[in-house]
Amino acid sequence: MSSRTRAPFALVAPALVASVLSLVPVWYLFQTAFTSGFAAVVDELFQSRTLQLVLRSLLLMVTVTSASVVIGVFAAWVVARSPLRPRLLLIIAFSLSLAIPSYLAAFAWVSWIPGISGFLGAFIVLTFVCYPFVMLPVIASMDISDPMSEKVALSLGRTPFGVFRTVTLGQSRPAITGGALLVALYVLSDFGAVAAMRYEVFTWVIYGAYRAGFNPSRAAILSTVLLMAALVLTLIEARVRSTRDTFRLGSGVRRATNIQFGIPARIATITGAVLLVALGAGVPIWRAIYWTGFDSSNQVQWDVVISSIATSFGIGIVTSVVTALVALPIALLSARYRGRASQILEGSTYVAHALPGIVIAISIVYLGIRTLRPLYQEMPLLILAQVLIFLPLAVASMRSAIAMSTQSLEHVARSLGAGSMMTLLRVTIPLALPGIMAAGALSMLSSVKELPATLLLRPTGTETLATQIWKFSSVSDYASVGPFALAMILLAVVPVAVLTATTRHGVAR
Amino acid sequence: MNQLRTKARVKQLIAGAMAVALIAGCSSGSSESAETSTGPLVVYSGRSEALVAELFSQFTTQTGIKLEVRYADSGELAALLITEGDASPADVYFSQDAGALGAVEDAGLLSTLPSDITNLVDSRFRSTQDRWVATSGRARVAVYNPELVSVVPNTIDDILNPMWKGKIGFAPTNASWQSFVTALRVIRGEAEAEQWLTAFKANEPVPYEKNGAVRDAVNIGEVSLGLVNHYYLYEKIAAEGADAVVAKNHYFINGDVGGLINVAGVGVLESSKNTNAANQLVKFLLSVQGQEYFGLKTFEYPLAAGVAPFSELPTIEELNPPAIDLSNLKSLAETQELLAKTGLLTK
Repeated sequence: MSSRTRAPFALVAPALVASVLSLVPVWYLFQTAFTSGFAAVVDELFQSRTLQLVLRSLLLMVTVTSASVVIGVFAAWVVARSPLRPRLLLIIAFSLSLAIPSYLAAFAWVSWIPGISGFLGAFIVLTFVCYPFVMLPVIASMDISDPMSEKVALSLGRTPFGVFRTVTLGQSRPAITGGALLVALYVLSDFGAVAAMRYEVFTWVIYGAYRAGFNPSRAAILSTVLLMAALVLTLIEARVRSTRDTFRLGSGVRRATNIQFGIPARIATITGAVLLVALGAGVPIWRAIYWTGFDSSNQVQWDVVISSIATSFGIGIVTSVVTALVALPIALLSARYRGRASQILEGSTYVAHALPGIVIAISIVYLGIRTLRPLYQEMPLLILAQVLIFLPLAVASMRSAIAMSTQSLEHVARSLGAGSMMTLLRVTIPLALPGIMAAGALSMLSSVKELPATLLLRPTGTETLATQIWKFSSVSDYASVGPFALAMILLAVVPVAVLTATTRHGVAR
Repeated sequence: MNQLRTKARVKQLIAGAMAVALIAGCSSGSSESAETSTGPLVVYSGRSEALVAELFSQFTTQTGIKLEVRYADSGELAALLITEGDASPADVYFSQDAGALGAVEDAGLLSTLPSDITNLVDSRFRSTQDRWVATSGRARVAVYNPELVSVVPNTIDDILNPMWKGKIGFAPTNASWQSFVTALRVIRGEAEAEQWLTAFKANEPVPYEKNGAVRDAVNIGEVSLGLVNHYYLYEKIAAEGADAVVAKNHYFINGDVGGLINVAGVGVLESSKNTNAANQLVKFLLSVQGQEYFGLKTFEYPLAAGVAPFSELPTIEELNPPAIDLSNLKSLAETQELLAKTGLLTK
């Protein structure tokens, strides 16, 4: 099979460069951690408090990841398989909660129900922010997968739920595990939600080392713990993926697959979908409107809102295009040329995702101030930092889509004399388009809400929606936060809508 | 064949990478030599834009010196400065609190300020090495609701009395509250500080998100007493009128640690090539105009130029704050650990 052919150099070279770049934060961390001496590292890490906080982080990670998988698969199923329509509206509504920064979502909840703070609040907010990480790749995978398998299973006497459990879930497994890995890494790295909810986890001590300890090397030492956790999670995910392989040989025939729905099933589905949107996106949107209207003397400066939208949009577009381009070679290698080497390449892009944004930002500062001085505090370095943060999102959604697409067309292309690059460009990539688009959507949404790297690396005076929200929320001026929060959510609709349209076009060939 | 081609391509790639590195190297060299010119003054500001942007633009209008201001959290800016080291583009560091200034000073990044600047500020409110000066002060107070409180506590130990059980509001994540706890640790020692915090926790204080929320809760009688900074009360009076506000401030005036004065301050980076302009900005912040700005806009304590505080405030001498070297407030990380241990920070 194709895995035996050598990977084309045109793929390997850019993948190597991307992998080296994404290891910059790791290099910085070890460099900084060990300048304070090995004894200091051991002393810092082996404290009972460190262990206790790691356990709390793991508890939050496991619960949020489990809940996100359940909700994300449900939402994907509603979009791709249930009779609920219109599809575009559903995807947008389900994706909105991803567009809301975790600190803002958490503040929306805690200012409404103060008693929710603590574990429960952090769990709820992070689950709503994270489930689209599972949903988007699973939709892509359900779109690509052969719907006839489900029909066949039904005709062989399986119950609808049995079909869902064995066939639909089975085909989506790589997308689910990939999404779950992203959720787990995100939860480990998050500080916004746990800070607003006053639930103390491991990122507290890392942020504390910067904000309260003014000590970057202590933060670096502590961050190595998250690197280790990311490494273990990535290995587990790779193991799960390789034991449950997804293959698709024939192309199948795409047809509408509306399974017959009884009235109770319809009501349950609609209730679930409405509840999901109301709690995930509805609560923050309602709070943002409430803040905006709170003080009638408050004059919204629409010109500032609009220019911030333009800046966020510009940075988001460039970041998502660059992220997709950088991720594509890695995803292709990982899906089509499987082996130890491609696994290492892919894994290297993931580890940095468990690091809080400020750690990535400081590591880019460390690199930029010494070697890329002319670019320091200029747009390219900010884009580079964002690309490193979002690369795993793009790789994961692309890889699962590529793995799901049929290989037989590639064999046909090869047998007709097309070279490996030609086959990738003309066959593999077009087939994986839904996954590539999902990657772009995820990067764009994440870029618009990104704060810690933007604050430290932006060109002086550049104001994005996220920095505006930070500026006003830091002085408790929520009347001014409201319009920017609403603009951020509104801006999220654009990439999701455009990409959803493109996705369907790409599939309906 | 194939392998040969691959090798050739690797060579090309390496050559390309070297070219890029060379270009980057050259351009960084040339830009460094150009940096001695008088470009805009770069300020890293931990004080918020809403608070200080107007004052900065007054400075530019008067002196013609353009400012490039980078706003972020004071502590993150300190970490940024420490990571940047000598290569930092910053000329001036304006911090919300003394602790972050102390950390940057310890990293050897702040220059010694000339005596015509340091002489403007009382020695209690500047670094012992003259590398930063305070620009304004904020006193810790007990804001109370006179309809619910007949006898106000005189010291922080008085509020441990069971009569205050469940009636005290505080903001656990607020930096000024944490600075107070740091001062408590510095002045009374770790053991006594922990003792006080444990007793405070046993009195079931009510946590709020921010100081403003504590003040509002006191004003409507949700709690009787709140531990906040002095100016929150005056902000509310300025925004809503004196009639809307029943709450009053009580000052701990007998040298009690509860009456700590926190400061915001400023320092000039050792690596700055724009020292003259930087010193000019520091002087401007300490001038009558700068000090009146803080006194009237934020109701903070002016600390220089003989500017009197906002009329309703007691003077610094009347306040009689506890004696403490403000640079010692930098052990904030240990404070947070102690607060977490005593159950006052987290859930």
